[in-house]
Amino acid sequence: MTSELLHDQQKPRTYSFDARPHEPAGAKPAKRLSPARIMIYSLLFVATLYYLLPLYVMVMTSLKGLPEIRLGNIFSPPMKLTFAPWVKAWDGACTGLYCEGLKVGFWNSIKITVPSTIVSIAVASVNGYALTNWKFKGSEVFFAILIFGSFIPYQVMLFPLVIITRELGIFGSLSGIVFIHTIFGMPILTLLFRNYFMSLPPELFKAARVDGAGFWRIFLVILVPMSLPIFAVALILQVTGIWNDFLFGLVFAGLKNFPMTVQLNNIVNATQGVKEYNVNMAAALLTGLVPLSIYFISGKLFVRGIAAGAVKG
Amino acid sequence: MSTLKRSNPLFRNLNAKIAALPMIATTLVVFLGCSIWTVVYSFTKSRSLPLNDFVGLMQYERLFRTSRWLISLENIVIYGVFALVFSFVVGFVLAALIDQKIRFESTFRTIFLYPFALSFIVTGVVWQWILNPTMGLQASIRSMGWESFTFDLIAGRDTVIYALLIAGLWQGTGFVMVLMLAGIRSTDDEIWKAARIDGIPTWKTYLFIVIPMMRGVIMTTLVIVAAGIVKLYDLVVAMTQGGPGISSEVPAKYVYDFMFARGNLGQGLAASTVMLTTVLIIIIPWAYLEYGRKKKG
Amino acid sequence: MNSIEIKDLSLRFGEVEVLKNLNLSIHKGEFLVLLGSSGCGKSTLLNCVAGLLDLSHGQIFIDERNVTWEEPKDRGIGMVFQSYALYPQMSVRGNLSFGLKNAGIPKAEIAKRIQRAAEILQIQDLLHRKPAALSGGQRQRVAIGRALVRDVDVFLFDEPLSNLDAKLRADLRVEINRLHHRLKNTMIYVTHDQIEAMTLADRIAVMRDGNILQLDVPSQIYNRPINKYIAGFIGSPSMNFLEGKLSAGDNPSFIFGDERFDMSRYRFDGEGQQNGATTLGVRPEHIRTGNAAQEMPISRNIVVEVVEPMGSDTLVRTHLAGQEFRLRMDGLASVNKGDNLLVGFDPAQVSLFETTSEQRL
Repeated sequence: MTSELLHDQQKPRTYSFDARPHEPAGAKPAKRLSPARIMIYSLLFVATLYYLLPLYVMVMTSLKGLPEIRLGNIFSPPMKLTFAPWVKAWDGACTGLYCEGLKVGFWNSIKITVPSTIVSIAVASVNGYALTNWKFKGSEVFFAILIFGSFIPYQVMLFPLVIITRELGIFGSLSGIVFIHTIFGMPILTLLFRNYFMSLPPELFKAARVDGAGFWRIFLVILVPMSLPIFAVALILQVTGIWNDFLFGLVFAGLKNFPMTVQLNNIVNATQGVKEYNVNMAAALLTGLVPLSIYFISGKLFVRGIAAGAVKG
Repeated sequence: MSTLKRSNPLFRNLNAKIAALPMIATTLVVFLGCSIWTVVYSFTKSRSLPLNDFVGLMQYERLFRTSRWLISLENIVIYGVFALVFSFVVGFVLAALIDQKIRFESTFRTIFLYPFALSFIVTGVVWQWILNPTMGLQASIRSMGWESFTFDLIAGRDTVIYALLIAGLWQGTGFVMVLMLAGIRSTDDEIWKAARIDGIPTWKTYLFIVIPMMRGVIMTTLVIVAAGIVKLYDLVVAMTQGGPGISSEVPAKYVYDFMFARGNLGQGLAASTVMLTTVLIIIIPWAYLEYGRKKKG
Repeated sequence: MNSIEIKDLSLRFGEVEVLKNLNLSIHKGEFLVLLGSSGCGKSTLLNCVAGLLDLSHGQIFIDERNVTWEEPKDRGIGMVFQSYALYPQMSVRGNLSFGLKNAGIPKAEIAKRIQRAAEILQIQDLLHRKPAALSGGQRQRVAIGRALVRDVDVFLFDEPLSNLDAKLRADLRVEINRLHHRLKNTMIYVTHDQIEAMTLADRIAVMRDGNILQLDVPSQIYNRPINKYIAGFIGSPSMNFLEGKLSAGDNPSFIFGDERFDMSRYRFDGEGQQNGATTLGVRPEHIRTGNAAQEMPISRNIVVEVVEPMGSDTLVRTHLAGQEFRLRMDGLASVNKGDNLLVGFDPAQVSLFETTSEQRL
């Protein structure tokens, strides 16, 4: 066998396309509109309608006046655009005793979310670090119970926790609700941090120890700076989770500190007075605004946060 | 060296133990302690305050004679079964559709997941409005000319649970979709190539090859979703307040109402113990399988 | 008769041209190896032949049939993957039969084919097991079996041995060789391992950057590499390259530093000879030492700088007229750092490359 050179520059082609003009050649003709494709996109379209319609209805309803709502159609855009429902929802809607709108709840939610997020992440990150690099006798057992505990319905622990927080003198206060969020954020966050720290090369930790760095130094100087993405994931997870919480806020925060979700529910399900659907929708949108903004801005990190628990890292 | 000055083992690795203290306290006091407390006091006569007056199974006997509790149980079973089936079927189908090299993939994914970022309260409020028979979807379709159109699930005693289901699926299916998509994407590319060479149609590849390979992800998702279903509370409060009448009551709401609104702690504790038992029945086999499999591997 | 013909095949992913106008004919029953480092396009080409990737341009014929637009299953091919790609939840029998059942082949026929494949690959005892309960070597046999039961003329192997340890790789290599001799069907085998390529191939196609650089029998690839890249890629330790210039004529010679090598015994390609900057390549294993060196047309004295005993042979590093130079000696040779050594080689065994184009002269 002699060597055949395959470059067309070096050797004239044996065949050319002209020789067999009717043969299939090149890319398969794109079947852009094959029945399968049409099917896929139609199904996706139907699903998109189901998911987007409520948002659309919410926005449209919140921009209409009450008379128009009574006549009309939830899908039709407002004939007369009004922002009054938004103003009322924020500033004047009645949440039980007071008629100061959702703004009270908004600020309460901020006051609850900020410290709860910081404290719970601080505790859980150190925790995950201890579980990864400084295992002690029994640490795995505690971790197992912790994860197991995250599946226990909150209702089971609710009353004893009321007693505990009351004994600690923090029931019905901001400290109380921060305390509760720190406890119930611990399983998922610890898992998140532990899995992340485990994925880092252990040599890094060993080298730092050989260099004489201690527990806190290694954590603060070496691990934290290189774990910023996972802190961002934890942040997103906690801010949305705590903002959306209802039960704990209702039980532990105390009347004065009711978060936005509780106040929204009070506005919507108030038994007295005329139902103002437009105000309700504006209030619901306002309540959803913070987590939705986080979701749309953070994108992939949000997905990573919710997948963290299920897909093992 | 260490043999000469052997420190008390309790103080070895002290910093780590201090750092783990919140976790140790949480597991011992909250997850174990509080649960045990609840179970123990469910056998007492406690009314508005906990009492040490043990009365055996009296609270449970009363619980299972209360129609409100029985309705709660029935509701959560119906909701749970349908929510699991639909969220998995729809979630998987959506994930598989998104996996078909479609255009605007991330847009679709974003749309299917955004309700998951919302509070159940918001979800409940929106769907309460949409499903409102006199002004919502039903009225709108009728006003467009289809006079006989009927969609009043939320108003019917027997159907209100399905109204909750529609809202719950709207919020939760995206979560299942994301996890299923992660599972699908983590299957080996070459498996797909092998299946194409074998001439296996796409749907069969998903059904007979990919899904069996995703057993771990599916089981874990199943447990998370199931544990979430047992906790169902906020959505009911926001959407129906348990109504019409008591037809959409659920166990978590029963517990809350008896503990905090009706001053009947014993009932609340007994009901929450039943919830705990249910969750344990879901979790223990799973944990056993997961743990057992890891041990073998 | 050609089993596979590839005509003017190009593949583009967006702006990047991954395969560049390839032409390749593979005879019936031939074992062709696509060899190259990662990213050269060898696996991509194989995937095109399999129909797993759509071409941008060109045609593929299998058994004289234009299969350019055919689905993989209709091309009459079987394929074996690096990761085995066995269906993990099915038994070995399930893996072998799944495709056949799906194609509607009668049960008796399926059983017969599995029986035959299991016998050839000696996996009869494993048929009821799940892939997880098999060793790497056994898994790869099952993967080969899945191609075997398809009863096709063409087998495609995509780095099938890369996930195995060295010993198993050697064993399975021999087995694939045996299989080819027994079945006599056409095989295309992708690898980055030159030993697999040299031992298995009837012909090797060396690829780089989406081009086939050289297509030839292994001995030609080894002895007469068409350019400097192939010369350096094939062989371990790799070829020595000395930079110098060629003085053409009736008695051509290679000049570098103060040295002048007589090149009259060198067989030039085509018109070949030309004056100018030239690279001389000589394989470390073609260098003789001591008495044997004296009989070589070219011999020089060198000082041993580094000795690397490898057991079976010994690698010596030195410099020749200021340029790095390696040679391979017998494992038993007693040679030490600082020794003076006479080395020699035959110009008929060297390769000359034009320095700028790196093409063989």
